[in-house]
Amino acid sequence: MRHLLSAGDLSRDEATLVLDTAKELAQVGDRSVKKLPTLRGRTVVNLFYEDSTRTRISFEAAAKRMSADVINFSAKGSSVSKGESLKDTALTLQAMGADGVVIRHSSSGAAKRLSTWVDGAVLNAGDGTHEHPTQALLDAFTMRERMGRVEGLRVAIVGDILHSRVARSNVLLLATLGAEVTLVAPPTLLPVSVRSWPCSVSYTLDEVLPKSDVVMMLRVQAERMKDAFFPTAREYTRRYGLDDDRFAKLHDDAIVMHPGPMIRGMEISAAVADSPRSTIVEQVANGVSVRMAVLYLLLGGSESAIGN
Amino acid sequence: MCAQKRAEGDIGADAKTVLEGPEINRALTRIAHEVLERTKGGADVTLLGIPSRGVPLAERLAKRIEHVEHLEVPCGSLDITMYRDDLRMAPARSLSPTNIPPEGIDGRTVVLVDDVLFSGRSVRAALDALNDLGRPRAVQLAVLVDRGHRELPIRADYVGKNLPTSLRESVTVLVDEFDGRDAVVVGPARSRGARPTDTAAGGTEEAK
Repeated sequence: MRHLLSAGDLSRDEATLVLDTAKELAQVGDRSVKKLPTLRGRTVVNLFYEDSTRTRISFEAAAKRMSADVINFSAKGSSVSKGESLKDTALTLQAMGADGVVIRHSSSGAAKRLSTWVDGAVLNAGDGTHEHPTQALLDAFTMRERMGRVEGLRVAIVGDILHSRVARSNVLLLATLGAEVTLVAPPTLLPVSVRSWPCSVSYTLDEVLPKSDVVMMLRVQAERMKDAFFPTAREYTRRYGLDDDRFAKLHDDAIVMHPGPMIRGMEISAAVADSPRSTIVEQVANGVSVRMAVLYLLLGGSESAIGN
Repeated sequence: MCAQKRAEGDIGADAKTVLEGPEINRALTRIAHEVLERTKGGADVTLLGIPSRGVPLAERLAKRIEHVEHLEVPCGSLDITMYRDDLRMAPARSLSPTNIPPEGIDGRTVVLVDDVLFSGRSVRAALDALNDLGRPRAVQLAVLVDRGHRELPIRADYVGKNLPTSLRESVTVLVDEFDGRDAVVVGPARSRGARPTDTAAGGTEEAK
């Protein structure tokens, strides 16, 4: 059984297959019967050790639309609060015969570790500051829907790159799909390893904006910050926030994306977030289609069509 | 359309062509007339092709009906991949487009169009798929070739050619839109994966 642990594991053909499949599955959302019988009799466990709204609901909706049985597990209110380890929880799931396990965990590498303990397919729904591959896939899907292509797009990813699993997954996937990615952040919010990533880096948002087709704003993840990475929130907003003046510098076809949750007034102004060129709500809708595609490709056949 | 062109190698050297382009044309023209006759003028007919080779056949039928009766017939495609009963016997397949014409299928006479009718399992899947899309007044089936060996109680309403075959043969339909020429070719059975003699390879012709 194969897994989806990192966006970097997908080849260009596999990533395109996911996006094409998602495109067909998006139609299911418009039908009167929003359900396909494909994963009937398969069990998908949503294992969430970290709080999540969008991703958990999205995976649950996707699995249910494919007729899989869904078991939701959140660390709060389970044996985890009594001290049970990830491994023992994994073995419990294994004994219950889970075909797919969707895991969100605060530790980087948790999904990979889990994949060595269970027979079912493991889908990484965010592990610490490492990766969030389905978010990258839905972002690429949204770009393709809006711009008609991903190859050759100039994408700026702005904000807290250091703590962002979304940024890492996006850089890897977009490089595979042939987009040009520029990371924009204060030096303190860039990981040390960023020079080895397949992208360029800038410290100045104003220089990058006019040259971008897609601007992806990231939230400053205060809950993961144990040090002072920038002087004040206001200063951060001044230099790296997408306000109305900066928005005007974008060329007319450029779109603004945000993986959510967003903090209006911090990294993005309310007017920009609500503008027709912002894809924030579309990203959520596309998330369900992309996750249906991933579940189908991993669990639908005799063996997985994607992943490592 | 993601249909792959069928290479000569797929068909095999000892394959023989049983229907050529002009015969296929005549068969389709006859089916078009039969559809009009059976549906009393074809007013509420919607044609849905089953990908991949049912789709161009459905489009050709629509053109012929338009030519005969000056009546525009809604025509689309219906992907059945997600409804197949053999999904778990092979790696996950890629999907083909489903295009339901804007008129929808509620209350209409839907004519499903496929290239080869074999086990009947594709048609069963198509009926399930239709059920999730709406409630047609009636569903009919048109196929270019009926090769027998049904595994389900399903029959075609319109048949281009009845072609008695052995299970050790394969029937391949080539269409100009994908393959550069029109032909129906009978050859030795292709082995598919690890189960060459599996009778459920009844899906062979219908699995594309």
